[in-house]
Amino acid sequence: MAVLSEEQTMLRDMAREWTSNESPVTAWRKVRDADDAAGFDAAAYGEMAQMGWSGIIVPEAYGGSDFGWLSLGLVIEELGKTVTASPLAASAVAASAIVLGGSDEQKQKWLPGIASGEIVATLAVDEGPRHDPANIKASVSGGKLAGSKAFVAEGDSAGLFVVAATDGLYLVAGDAAGVSRSRRKLTDFRSHAEVTFDGAEADKLAGGGDDLLEKVLDRARVLAAAEMLGMAGQGFETTLAYLKQRVQFGQVLATFQALQHRMANLFSDIELMRSAVEAGLAAIDSGGDTRQAALLAKVKANEVGHLMSREMIQLHGGIGMTDEYDAGFYLKRMRVLEAMWGNTSSLRERFAQLNGY
Amino acid sequence: MATLAEPKTSADPLDDFRSEVRDWLAANFPASLKGKGNALASVEGPTSETPEMTAWRIAMGEKGWGTPTWPKEYGGGGLSKAQARVLSDEMARVGAWNPIGGMGVMMFGPTLLEYGSEEQKRQHMPGITMGEVRWCQGYSEPNAGSDLANLQTFAEDRGDHYVVNGQKTWTSGGQWADKCFCLVRTDKSDKHNGISFLLIDMDAPGVEVKPIKMISGMSPFCETFFTDVKVPKENLVGQEGQGWTIGKRLLQHERTNLSGGGSRLSTSGPSLADLAKKFVGEEDGRIADRDLRARITKWEMDWRAFQLTAMRVMAESKAVGGVSEVSSILKTVGTKLGQERQELIIEIEGLQGLGWEGEGFSEDELHQVRAWLFAKATTIYGGSTEVQNNIIAKRILGMLDHQ
Repeated sequence: MAVLSEEQTMLRDMAREWTSNESPVTAWRKVRDADDAAGFDAAAYGEMAQMGWSGIIVPEAYGGSDFGWLSLGLVIEELGKTVTASPLAASAVAASAIVLGGSDEQKQKWLPGIASGEIVATLAVDEGPRHDPANIKASVSGGKLAGSKAFVAEGDSAGLFVVAATDGLYLVAGDAAGVSRSRRKLTDFRSHAEVTFDGAEADKLAGGGDDLLEKVLDRARVLAAAEMLGMAGQGFETTLAYLKQRVQFGQVLATFQALQHRMANLFSDIELMRSAVEAGLAAIDSGGDTRQAALLAKVKANEVGHLMSREMIQLHGGIGMTDEYDAGFYLKRMRVLEAMWGNTSSLRERFAQLNGY
Repeated sequence: MATLAEPKTSADPLDDFRSEVRDWLAANFPASLKGKGNALASVEGPTSETPEMTAWRIAMGEKGWGTPTWPKEYGGGGLSKAQARVLSDEMARVGAWNPIGGMGVMMFGPTLLEYGSEEQKRQHMPGITMGEVRWCQGYSEPNAGSDLANLQTFAEDRGDHYVVNGQKTWTSGGQWADKCFCLVRTDKSDKHNGISFLLIDMDAPGVEVKPIKMISGMSPFCETFFTDVKVPKENLVGQEGQGWTIGKRLLQHERTNLSGGGSRLSTSGPSLADLAKKFVGEEDGRIADRDLRARITKWEMDWRAFQLTAMRVMAESKAVGGVSEVSSILKTVGTKLGQERQELIIEIEGLQGLGWEGEGFSEDELHQVRAWLFAKATTIYGGSTEVQNNIIAKRILGMLDHQ
């Protein structure tokens, strides 16, 4: 764990306490069973907003606390531990686009609502099943956006879309004329919508430089990695607890050396993942070029998250395959997060390009 | 240089020390020795020193700055950690290197300071702090590697002395050492508590050293045979039966002093990508082989994550004033990545990377082959990867053998 300030420690402890008491995995199970398109408990998100979480990266002038990305990452990690669903990460990423590239007017119009949790916001970039920000066709003409976006996180409930068009990022209100959404139900039962824009009014984010989209994607990658870190860490702990209690062949499973070594290797992998994720969050906070740190965070999260999600099922044996057990939730959500904002192969290639390999 | 009449004062007392160090280095470290640090000298000793190196070693030894934080009364520099860092920085600035090292410094000296008697400290510390006496480690045996406590070299009690019989293996620098700190068995009925820590003269009658030829072609280690070697009782460190405790403490010192090594992988010279472009070719300024490119990229990213982890461990350990449990993964991960890098180089260079000697190969290439071979030992020595995993599983994860 990174060395934290007192404030960060308090925030993390608060998140840990809330998640354990108010949002254990059973809370996700209820949301999953309700099968609502929104894919999260609005009351729970309201509580998160009340605790200030939806404003952590919003400047104080707009109702946030500006505690920074490492702070937000700590909270997202805790939520990941119990596969808690919320639009917290999506809204923060969208908010960051406005913070980095918005006019004062645009900031005043949208940030306070995001900070208070009233507005769910989300970034809409990809137009197909694989992350490919270089291949965007959605375009704006005369202030009107035409195009469609695929698998938009929280797309079913978003009140604000930050849309990547051919010539930049645009703000589109969720209730604007010409916006239509269609649910896409993935294995993680979270909201991923096909969103079509047909002459919807679009307000350009003119600031932030030519690389505004890339900077925002870095933030999306790092927050996804933070959620994956929580999932991998808790997946490990849950598996370890199981191995210490399950008896076969007259022995507790944890006494078998092959399993001891497998868990030791996973322990090591998760610590490497943690270092990369925390460094990614810290890189955003310290300003400067975040590209490589964000790529490293997402790639390590993908690699280790992928492995841990498989091992969790395998090491639980047969019961790991039952819906009654939690392991399936981690597997099904992890794979979705692996694909979002860049899979391992494509991000490694991007890292190679940046380094001239 | 300060005079008696006008003592220098400054806002930071370290500034005064820094000037003192600079002045002393200017006066005692000849520019001709810059970058000529001979690591082997601390093992091989004075025989491979030039007269200039000898003078430098004596100067550092007399100042106690070869072992800067050790107590002055035993020949150390008596410096604080902060002062030692200043010394180290200033030395690096002028290309000066520490001529005093070896196992006496790295492991035995600190252990003796904790467990040795006054006489033993007075007898042995000066040789270490002056870099005059070379020590080797008598731990492993053919039947006691990972299971070190299984050691059988026996020290028979003969009243005022022991008679030692047995065999040690992997004795680093045994062929050049003056003395050996040795784990011997004094009680055959108790595996761990029957071990004692004994100091043996390598010149004593009955001690025979045979270098072991490694796959790298070099012989840095030896087998050491003890046949009826008489060792005075004065050479017992601590109590009889305390050897396992003292021996383990010594290994902790070794680990602490080697801990930087893992992340200090030699990445000097061309990068993997540069090497790949040279041997495999380029396509639009990028490595022409895409599969190789992806694997090199993976290595570079894993290496970066490892470096970040080493830094995090340091920061965490400092914050808690102890050792972060994450440090347990550093040797395993670092050595694995080190080996993978060596294997990538071999792969990239094809048969040019597998030269043994003679015509058609550069010095660097031949050196690289030795490095590749020797790197195979890194996951074995100092606690093999498998033993490290046992430790992580049992001590950190609490997965005990009997539950």
